[in-house]
Amino acid sequence: MLRVLALISIIALSAFAAGDASFEASKRELNIPAIIMFFIFIMGTLGLTYWAAKKTKSASDFYTAGGGITGFQNGLAIAGDYMSAAAFLGVSGLIYLKGYDGVIYAVSFLVGWPIILFFMAEKLRNLGKFTFADIAAYRLSQKEIRTLAAFGTLSVVVLYLIAQMVGAGKLIQVLFGMEYEFAVILVGVMMIIYVTFGGMLATTWVQIIKACLLLSGVTFMAVMVLYHFDFNFESLAVTAAERHNDGEAILAPGGFISDPISAISLGMALMFGTAGLPHVLMRFFTVGNAKEARKSVVYATGFVGYFWIIITIVGFGAIAFLNSDAGAAYFVDGKLFGGNNMASIHLSHMLGGNAFLGFISAVAFATILAVVSGLTLSGASAISHDLYSNVINPNATDEQVVKISRITVVVVGFVGVILGIAFEQQNIAYMVGLAFGIAASANFPILFLSIYWRGLTTRGAFLGGLTGLVTAVTLVILGPIVWVQILGNAEALFPYKHPALFSVTIAFVAIWFFSKVDNSERGKTEKELFRAQNIRANTGIGASGAVDH
Amino acid sequence: MKDELVERIENNPKYNELLSKKNSLGIKLGIFVLVMFYAYILTIAFNKEVLATKIGDGVTTIAFPIALAILIISFLTTVIYVRKANGEYEDLVNDIKDDVKDIM
Repeated sequence: MLRVLALISIIALSAFAAGDASFEASKRELNIPAIIMFFIFIMGTLGLTYWAAKKTKSASDFYTAGGGITGFQNGLAIAGDYMSAAAFLGVSGLIYLKGYDGVIYAVSFLVGWPIILFFMAEKLRNLGKFTFADIAAYRLSQKEIRTLAAFGTLSVVVLYLIAQMVGAGKLIQVLFGMEYEFAVILVGVMMIIYVTFGGMLATTWVQIIKACLLLSGVTFMAVMVLYHFDFNFESLAVTAAERHNDGEAILAPGGFISDPISAISLGMALMFGTAGLPHVLMRFFTVGNAKEARKSVVYATGFVGYFWIIITIVGFGAIAFLNSDAGAAYFVDGKLFGGNNMASIHLSHMLGGNAFLGFISAVAFATILAVVSGLTLSGASAISHDLYSNVINPNATDEQVVKISRITVVVVGFVGVILGIAFEQQNIAYMVGLAFGIAASANFPILFLSIYWRGLTTRGAFLGGLTGLVTAVTLVILGPIVWVQILGNAEALFPYKHPALFSVTIAFVAIWFFSKVDNSERGKTEKELFRAQNIRANTGIGASGAVDH
Repeated sequence: MKDELVERIENNPKYNELLSKKNSLGIKLGIFVLVMFYAYILTIAFNKEVLATKIGDGVTTIAFPIALAILIISFLTTVIYVRKANGEYEDLVNDIKDDVKDIM
C-alpha cells in the first residue's frame, strides 16, 4: 500500500512537470493553492482507503461496506453520486450557456427521487444483496436475467464513466495545464486504487466527504454571487440578461427543448433512469434495513434539491460575472477557456481568487473521483457477482469473487480511460442524459415489473428487457448525435436526441407480451413464487440483515 | 420461505392492511409528483410562453418560482411518506413479525 502511495505521488508529480512544459501555451499560471488542496485531498482519501482496506475482507464488505451505513450517511453518499461532475460542471455550464433551459435539466433530475422512494427503495433493501439483479432475478432464472442485467449495468456504467472522465480531463487541463490524456489517466489510476483496496467502504466515505465539500463550496459561491446583488435575485437576473447574447430570453424556457416528443422523452429518461442507475441502486444495500433505506432517500432528495437551487444561482452568477469586462480574462479567442463546462470553475476564481479556485477545483476533482469509483464498483459487481458467481461459477468462494471484482475494477478503469480520451469533445451533460435513457429502458422496466407484477416470467423479462436495451442503444446510434455528429452522416435516421419515450414504452410492452405468451411450467412456478417474494419485499421477513449479509 | 409461513402471513389481516395502506399512499403521492412534473414539462413543450410571464415589473419570469416549488414539493412528499412508513407501517410490520414468531 505504501509503495502504491509513493508510486502515485511520482506519477502525479511527473504529470505536473509535464504540465509545466505546456502551461505557457495555455496561458495559465501554475496555481499553487489549487495544487496544495488537490494533494491534501488525494492524501486524505488515500489514507481513508488504507483504513477501509483493512476492514474490507468479505464480498459483503467489498460490495456493501458490510451493510453498516446509516440512513443519513447513505443519503449523503447517494446525493454525492448524483452531484457528479456532469451535474455540477455540466448543468452550471448549461445554465451559463442557455439560461433557464439548464434549470429544466435540474428539476427533471430531482423528481425521480420521490418515485424511487414510493415504489423501490425499501423493496430493493428487503430483496437485494449486492446488485439490482438480485431483485430482478429473485424468483426468475438466474442465468438469463443476471446476464442481461449485467449488460444493462455495463452499458450505463460505461456511458456515465465517459462523461465523468471527460469532465475530469478538461478540469485538470484547465487547472494545471496538464495534457488532457494525462489527466484522464491520473483519474483512472486513482479510482482503481480507491476501489480495489477500499471497496464500498472507501467509495462511500470518499463520496460523503466530497458531498460535504461540494455543498459547502457551491453554497459559498452562491452567497458571494448574491452578496454582489444585495441578495436580490431580480438584480442578478437583470444583469445576467443584459450580459447574455440572448438577453431576457435566458430567463424563460428556450429552444433547448424544441419539440414535445423530445421534452417528454428527456423527462422520462431522467425520471425513470434514476430508478435504473446501478451505482445508485446498489447504495440501498449498504444500509441495515428498510427504515434506513427510506430515510436515506429523504436526506438525498433534500441535499440534491438544495444543490439544484444553489447551482441555478451559480449558473446565472456565471453569466453576470464572466460576461463582464473583468471576465474577459477567462476567454481565449472569444470562447470560455476550457469550454462552457468550466463556467463555475472560472466563476470561483473571480469570486474568491486563487485560494477559492483551488478549493473548488479540488472539490470538482474529488467529485469526479468519487463518482467514477462508485460507477466502477457497480460495473465490477455486475461482472463478479452477477456473471461470475451466479452464472459462470456458482461454487465460487468469497475470496474468488472478491479477487474477480478487483481484476474487473482494473479492467473497467482502463476501458474508462481509453473511452474518456476517445470522447474528449462530447458534451458531458448530454452523455449523462444518454446513460439515463439506457438505464430507464433496460434496467428500470425489469426491476419495476419484477417487484410489482406477479405475471412476470423469465422469458418475458429476458426477451422484453433485451428489446428495451437494444432499442435504446439502436435509437441512440441512429440519432442525431452519434449518426450525424460522430459518424458524419448527413441526416439522422431517428430524429430525436433522447429515445426514452419510445424505448421505455417498447420495453414495458415487450416484457408484458413475452410474459403473457409464456405458458411454460417454469413460468407457472415463477408466478407462484411471487407471493413469498411480495411478503419479503414488504415486511423484510427473510431479508439479509446488516450482520449476516 | 416455507409455504406455511406464506399462508399464515397472507391470511393475517395486518398484512393486508399494511399492503393496502402503503400502496395507496405510495400511489397517491407518486401520481401527484408525476402530474406536477409532467404538467411542467408539457407546458414547456406546448406552451412555453406561459412560463415566460414576468413577475410584476421585473425581468424574472414565473418559471423560476415554479421550478423552486417543484423542488421543494418533491422533497416534502418524501418527508410525508417516510413519516408514515417509518411510523405506522413499520409498527404493522413488527406486529406481523410477532404473529409468526413461532414458525420463523
